[in-house]
Amino acid sequence: MGMTVVEKILARASGLPKTKAGDVLEPRVDLAMSHENAALVINQFHEVYEGTGLTAAPWDPSRIAIIFDHRIPAESPKTASNQKKIRGFVELHGIDRFHDVRGDSGGICHQILPENGYVRPGFVVVGTDSHTTSHGALGAFSFGIGATEMASVWALGCAVNVEVPATIKVVVEGEFPPHVGPKDLILHAIGLLTAQGANFRVIEFHGETIRKMSTSGRLVVCNMSVEAGATSGIVPADAETVRYLREEAGVTDPLDLVVPDAEAAYQRVVTIDVTKLEPQIACPHTVDNVKSVGAVEGTKVHQIVIGSCTNGRLDDLAEAANAVRGKKVAKHTRMLVFPASGRIWLQALTKGYIGDLMAAGAVVMNAGCGPCLGIHEGALGDGEVALSTTNRNFKGRMGNPNSEVYLCSPAVAAASAVTGVITDPRKGGN
Amino acid sequence: MTSMVSKVLFTVGDDVSTDVLYPGRYMATVLPTETPQYAFANDAEHNALLKAKNYEPGSVIVAGKNFGCGSSREQACSTLKGYDVTIVANDIARIFLQNSINLGLRVVTAPGVKASAGDELELLEERVVNRTTGESFPVVPLPKARQSIIDAGGLIAWTRKRLVEARPA
Repeated sequence: MGMTVVEKILARASGLPKTKAGDVLEPRVDLAMSHENAALVINQFHEVYEGTGLTAAPWDPSRIAIIFDHRIPAESPKTASNQKKIRGFVELHGIDRFHDVRGDSGGICHQILPENGYVRPGFVVVGTDSHTTSHGALGAFSFGIGATEMASVWALGCAVNVEVPATIKVVVEGEFPPHVGPKDLILHAIGLLTAQGANFRVIEFHGETIRKMSTSGRLVVCNMSVEAGATSGIVPADAETVRYLREEAGVTDPLDLVVPDAEAAYQRVVTIDVTKLEPQIACPHTVDNVKSVGAVEGTKVHQIVIGSCTNGRLDDLAEAANAVRGKKVAKHTRMLVFPASGRIWLQALTKGYIGDLMAAGAVVMNAGCGPCLGIHEGALGDGEVALSTTNRNFKGRMGNPNSEVYLCSPAVAAASAVTGVITDPRKGGN
Repeated sequence: MTSMVSKVLFTVGDDVSTDVLYPGRYMATVLPTETPQYAFANDAEHNALLKAKNYEPGSVIVAGKNFGCGSSREQACSTLKGYDVTIVANDIARIFLQNSINLGLRVVTAPGVKASAGDELELLEERVVNRTTGESFPVVPLPKARQSIIDAGGLIAWTRKRLVEARPA
């Protein structure tokens, strides 16, 4: 019996010739990522060492990345103090992969990691963020853990007691119709699998549509795999992975492309043909409440949000800028745009997208998590509706339990910004 | 797990997310001692029930499928642990389940479990018995990989033990 890509990665990281779903391992960790919740990790890390007589020092600071993104710039003295505490830890232990509040090198962790070449095919990546699944886009096994578990990783250098997950193979075929893309695909897949359908499992993506998809699109698909409950999404590394890491992330050292065996054992195989896929919308208050755009067309929208670790990359901003160029955001609608990183922000500025968006009436915010999780900006009023390219629409997600969030692609969000109602981008003047 | 009989404090439906259990706006509060006030903060009724503390320690919250879905924020577990409640759910999302084991929040997965507020549940190793309705539901064991963490009393104690054992003589 052959191995899936995650079984191969875990076997290698555990020094074993072979492994299979259900085995319990302690794989070494290649990259351990945290954001502002590093403040809690630091607290738990020091607690681990209490009374041992040992000095609290991370196993390998070069394998730790800390990126400020959830609440930047700080919204409260509490956050500012947490960030200050983290800066002190970073300096004390010489953590170089630290991205502070900066316009050039800052941004959302799930964009900072790929664009700086921190993630490589075959890596085991853990992060104190559920959307750490994103980095499967580069052929890594990458999954979210809690802060106490991260404290354990910092102390021991391995992921604790990992049960090798079974894998669901999703094969995607066909060419996307105009105005339909990776976001519609993953929303459709979550609707099929349901919100807990892949709990404790990995989703391995295959098929010609995935092979032709850019790394940006693969990041969308892997990012949202967790919304079907998956431990991780993963696209086995290929020529596009190499292109991205060489050309966009500036990686020069050798790459090791780990691919699954032809006779690997999958728990389930799901085939999706995107040829006739329509723009997809996840309706309140669960991500698997997915409908084609026609079912909710015309719903009044008070706030459009374009950005996040899901859809805040240059191609997303291009799509949004193209849709609103020379037009105006509807009078009763606010349009908030937050690029995924400072690098993308500057690229969008050079390309003229920032100007197009601002001239249409959008507010372009600093790179970061922004309004996605209702922390410190872009909150919704009672009874208001948001249409957003982010990844979650749970009750209260954007800060107000008496509001509603619909999720969609940048194409749908931008078309709807102009009309002020949920709009099918295939119709109208786009 | 020894048998115990507990009353159901309240029930919730499917897909109760970490955004309901512990909203993002409180994430800057990290210390377990400070988190309980925000439990179910996006669900005023259940937040009030917990804060009133008019229940026996170990009382049960019965949940539907995919309990704790969403964020990895472990305050969603520490906040409930602060109220000394037990979660009995049809199905629990992976990160929440692992955080619960790491922090010592008592969680039980019992597919199909049915109960109403006030029912008496007997929590056995292999099944949950609703003594009020007489119905019985099989329990899905916690991941075998995590048993040693439970035995150690949580992940901090487990990791500390590993470090001490590895210390050069």
